[in-house]
Amino acid sequence: MGWAIALHGGAGDIPLNLPLERRLPREAALHRCLQIGVDALKSNRSPLDVVELVVRELENHPNFNAGIGSVLTSDGTVEMEACIMDGNTKACGAVSGLTTVVNAISLARLVMEKTPHIYLAFDGAEAFAREQGVETVDPGHFITPENIERLNQAKEANRVQIDYTPPVQKDGIRDVPVPEGDQIGTVGCVAVDGHGNLASATSTGGLVNKMVGRIGDTPIIGAGTYANNLCAVSATGKGEAIIRATVARDVAALMEYKGLSLEEAAAHVVHKCAPKGTAGLVAVSATGEVAMPFNTTGMFRACATEDGYTEVTIWPLVQNGDV
Amino acid sequence: MGRWAIAVHGGAGVDPNLPLERQEAATALLTRCLNLGISALRSSLPAIDVVELVVRELETDPLFNSGRGSALTEKGTVEMEASIMDGRGRRCGAVSGLTTVKNPISLARLVMDKSPHSYLAFSGAEDFARQHGVETVDNEYFITEDNKGMLKLAKEADSILFDYRIPSTAFETCGAASTESPIQMNGMPISVYAPETVGCVVADTEGRCAAATSTGGLMNKKVGRIGDSPLIGAGTYAGEVCGVSCTGEGEAIIRGTLARDVAAVMEYKGLKLQEAVDFVIKERLDEGKAGLIAVSSEGEVAYGFNCNGMFRGCATEDGFMEVGIWE
Repeated sequence: MGWAIALHGGAGDIPLNLPLERRLPREAALHRCLQIGVDALKSNRSPLDVVELVVRELENHPNFNAGIGSVLTSDGTVEMEACIMDGNTKACGAVSGLTTVVNAISLARLVMEKTPHIYLAFDGAEAFAREQGVETVDPGHFITPENIERLNQAKEANRVQIDYTPPVQKDGIRDVPVPEGDQIGTVGCVAVDGHGNLASATSTGGLVNKMVGRIGDTPIIGAGTYANNLCAVSATGKGEAIIRATVARDVAALMEYKGLSLEEAAAHVVHKCAPKGTAGLVAVSATGEVAMPFNTTGMFRACATEDGYTEVTIWPLVQNGDV
Repeated sequence: MGRWAIAVHGGAGVDPNLPLERQEAATALLTRCLNLGISALRSSLPAIDVVELVVRELETDPLFNSGRGSALTEKGTVEMEASIMDGRGRRCGAVSGLTTVKNPISLARLVMDKSPHSYLAFSGAEDFARQHGVETVDNEYFITEDNKGMLKLAKEADSILFDYRIPSTAFETCGAASTESPIQMNGMPISVYAPETVGCVVADTEGRCAAATSTGGLMNKKVGRIGDSPLIGAGTYAGEVCGVSCTGEGEAIIRGTLARDVAAVMEYKGLKLQEAVDFVIKERLDEGKAGLIAVSSEGEVAYGFNCNGMFRGCATEDGFMEVGIWE
């Protein structure tokens, strides 16, 4: 028993030779966000508050694909989506198609708490943001030069790219080879307190060069995000694969219906249900266990538990000589 | 060769005082759609084609809340959504926020077959419809006089009506009747004629399952509201073992991941189809009211609901056929 927290900044084909100047800021951000979450849990903030707080921080960080830093649609615009769920009540809120809201995750929470609905999208969600007086900015605010470059690159390749392919450098030489499988973003956080209260939150800009109006797994309860009284799960990867495999709900369903442990359930879903190279997730159980499996090259991730364990990593951990 | 099975629904939660002619019209439509699906199955159409065909028919008829006859948003417009899933390969497509597409289910099918994505919404979905040349009509086409009256009533009640068609007699003679009804859905009394969402599930003779669901959503809903129908795992799901389509209080169905859970308890707990349906209706709906239809790859059919009635019909290859509204 005890509190636990895990967060991610996307799973994907993250090259093992990721240059330091790209790696270090992300690791620093993971450290900082983890610390914010740990401090909040130690101050007895509710897990629901903690996951919202941490995801807001990740959204505000331009190196992750959510909030500022969101990747661009085929029209060069940003369309953000997010979802939050409380494990005790199974109350949840989701938003899609946001263009001006600074923190999508906080609007998802307002949908959960202030409307009779669960899910608002596009103009209706933007109108709701204005009714609620949340912070909004010009849509251009979210667009980084790096993401303009990524979109151009994707358009040249005439394909839909998953968000974190390193952009071509100005001199036209790629700083690392662009991998076949592309790379994936999205941020998320799951947390449990010492009483077993659970919550999950996920936020994303989606795919590079996605069609306008495309909805991924992130805002869909049971796909990218899920929490109940047993566990909380936030997934990342290729949205279409995660939707089909109802990844987040299936971790909980395997615990509930088959009696698996968190680690077994999470590993089963990621390694047996989702196709290789498509998914990763972070999860915590009511008893304070943590699981962070992925079937991609890497996943930006971090976790901490009350008994003092902390981890901030990108690639698989080497244990007993095998990866 | 396996045996085929099919089920259709036109919503759960029905006014106990529903006028007889409305009941007859609903029963006739369900029977017609069921027969359409049966003929298609006998012609060896794959399950995924059959569910699309049947839901198109339900969307085109104004009786139920999908396509023509959809419930209206707070602004008096129609915003439709739908999803479809093929159990073989678990491919899926979904759409939300459609305002001009005559048959949302067919656009969901196109998202599945012709786009790199699973789910398109609002203007992006409308653009995609135009790129693919699907039939579009003016938003007015979807709006019926009955629904205009229901929206007015809903606004007067300053509430979101889950069910939307109060029989005109009840409306005229006792406008307050709705507050006296003991039966509620989504916090609102069902003194109303209450078809909602439509759906169809099919297992074909090759054991392939498919599911499709289509809706106009809630009467007086906020613009931009997305319900359970387009969400894979909530309103619609199909896998190797079964196909499921849900209807009822969308928010409860989403929280319960209702459609996926029917399949999950079959896969992970080893329950039979009817046991799985009963379990999910009893254990997964918290306070919400809903119903669902399901078929298994072995050609079984099942349905369940925890509210007052569900418009449904089902048939199997061995000659069983049932069309009903009440328990």
